[in-house]
Amino acid sequence: MSDNSSLRTPSQRIAWTATIVVSTLVFIFLMAPILAIMPLSFSSGSYLTYPLPGLSLRWYDDFITSPRWMNSLKNSMIIGVASTLLSMVLGTLAALGLAQWKSRFKPLVLAFVLSPVVVPGVITAVGLYFSFAPIGLTGSYLGLIMAHTALATPFVVITVGATLQSFDTNLARAAASLGASPLEAFRRVILPLILPGLASGALFAFATSFDEVVIVLFMAGPEQRTLPREMFSGIRENISPTITAAAVILTTISVILLATLEALRRRNERLKGGG
Amino acid sequence: MTNALPTGADAATEVPLKRRLRRAERTRQAKALALVLPLLLFLLFTFAGPIAGMLWRSVEDWEVRQVLPQTVAALASWDGKDLPDEKAYAALASDILAARAAGTIAIAAKRLNYALNGFRTILTSTGRNLKAVPEPGTARETLGKINPAWRERATWTTIKDASGPITGFYLLAALDLTRNADGAIVAAAPDQAIYRDIFVRTFLISLGVTALCLILGFPVAYLLATLPPGRSNLLMIFVLLPFWTSLLVRTCAWIVLLQSKGVVNDSLHWLGIIDAPLRLIYNRFGVCVAMTHVLLPFMILPLYSSMKAISPAYMRAAASLGAPPLTAFLRIYLPQTLPGIGAGSLLVFILALGYYITPALVGGAADQMISYFIALYTTETANWGLASALGAVLLLATVLLALVYGKLVQGQQVTGGMKN
Repeated sequence: MSDNSSLRTPSQRIAWTATIVVSTLVFIFLMAPILAIMPLSFSSGSYLTYPLPGLSLRWYDDFITSPRWMNSLKNSMIIGVASTLLSMVLGTLAALGLAQWKSRFKPLVLAFVLSPVVVPGVITAVGLYFSFAPIGLTGSYLGLIMAHTALATPFVVITVGATLQSFDTNLARAAASLGASPLEAFRRVILPLILPGLASGALFAFATSFDEVVIVLFMAGPEQRTLPREMFSGIRENISPTITAAAVILTTISVILLATLEALRRRNERLKGGG
Repeated sequence: MTNALPTGADAATEVPLKRRLRRAERTRQAKALALVLPLLLFLLFTFAGPIAGMLWRSVEDWEVRQVLPQTVAALASWDGKDLPDEKAYAALASDILAARAAGTIAIAAKRLNYALNGFRTILTSTGRNLKAVPEPGTARETLGKINPAWRERATWTTIKDASGPITGFYLLAALDLTRNADGAIVAAAPDQAIYRDIFVRTFLISLGVTALCLILGFPVAYLLATLPPGRSNLLMIFVLLPFWTSLLVRTCAWIVLLQSKGVVNDSLHWLGIIDAPLRLIYNRFGVCVAMTHVLLPFMILPLYSSMKAISPAYMRAAASLGAPPLTAFLRIYLPQTLPGIGAGSLLVFILALGYYITPALVGGAADQMISYFIALYTTETANWGLASALGAVLLLATVLLALVYGKLVQGQQVTGGMKN
């Protein structure tokens, strides 16, 4: 059953055809929202219906000239980049430590480090709202960056940890035996080898922060509203075509992130295959 | 480790090296732990601490203690069988006067009103009408005249129950339970017993979405695992692209597609299938469609990797031994995908339980899940005790399911290793 040529009986062929038909429908279901919303953002009319009355870039113009939308894009970038950097430092250190640490508590510590991914967003957000408000961390960039870092770091620990697992520790020993200091060995031997893993981790971290909205809903003041937060209010109030332009911009950023990640993965596989 | 040192000390030549190795190993372990420590401390401050704080709020009971301290002290020795003595009435009168001066009556009134509807009026009217400290011995009479509720035992039991410092009140309320005047746990009044329904609704929506994801995800995962790598990688984009698209974009898109003048209704109308637009969104249907769309990749990916690990040789062996295709599929292939089905279903179910954004945007009032109410009580009505208690129940459910998931995935890794 590994390929079509081994499908001999009619019933098998029917089953295979059914699989293809159902899968195609599911692929359409998966892609439909993205494909439906894209052309609407280029509409010259203000109704979100087909057929389009004409094509124009007026909604993108609206987005770019609106201080509210541009400010939210800036906020998303600031918070995304800052929490990515912070989670990279914390996550990479932790992954390096966990790779060497031998203890029966290790699964417990790992479960704790990964738990922000599993705990429902509302619970984290409510907890942060209660405990950050009295110390002035709600309605501040710092509070949001810290909260997003907590959510993003598990992805860094996982991706960097996976890279370290396939890393040959003999290389670090060789560097040491050739007289490299630990820092030098890290900078010149370990770092270049785990760099793709770090980059994937950074992309995951950025995507996590960039897409997060529940914590922002609870903790951001009017000054810190991010792009998803602005979309949330936009969807609640009234879906204007400007939102579809914002959606296309967000999706483009996602596609760039995904493509970069895929390129990194391919490069990694090629390197492994070659070596 | 330290216990082993004295016995080893006899072998004079080996000890230094052994000890040095051990010491080096210990330093290495300490260094490794030191690398993990910053993250642990950070998560303690930004994640575990806040959640522990929320759990504490679900049992904390401070309002009445703080606003009516003398009353709480006086009621400590009250057996609750009869009306409390004159001393408690005098303490209450003095507390109310002090609270009125400090402007804190509303805090206690709000808390007591959760437990006994109408308590807010009792306390504020007493605060308004109590002019001065009653003459010694007349406190009971004075308060009873201002509001006859002070002549009822239930009024006082409510205060005693809310005296803190900890209470099961909110956790019981989250499960539609309450304590009656005798302290026994009983069902809450019908107008307050809404949370069990909400938990059941949350559970059913999550279950339905999980089932939909499994039904839709299984054929796709099978196709992707069976096709040659080149083509399956290409098709994988259709799974990964939505996966990486912002949740808000996808939710927004579903509204555009499904609203009454949306793309789907327009197309159906144009095709002549319907005359009036169908109601496809702001109801249960819309919530299930949008949630299934968001969670489907979480089902497809674990299913895909479990199917990828199944050697085609098993199916060929089954066929060569005379098993009809359906039998071979049901008895050979399907059982091997069970771990993947379990992992994917649990993951989708766990994620669905905590959903907030999607139901909030595409659901009607009757489709809101538990997270919506946690958010509502936190930001709108500021009933933080109840918000925390509902959060505690949701957290407990999530953690239990996550533990099962962890066991399942771990078990898979073990068997996967054995197969190789």
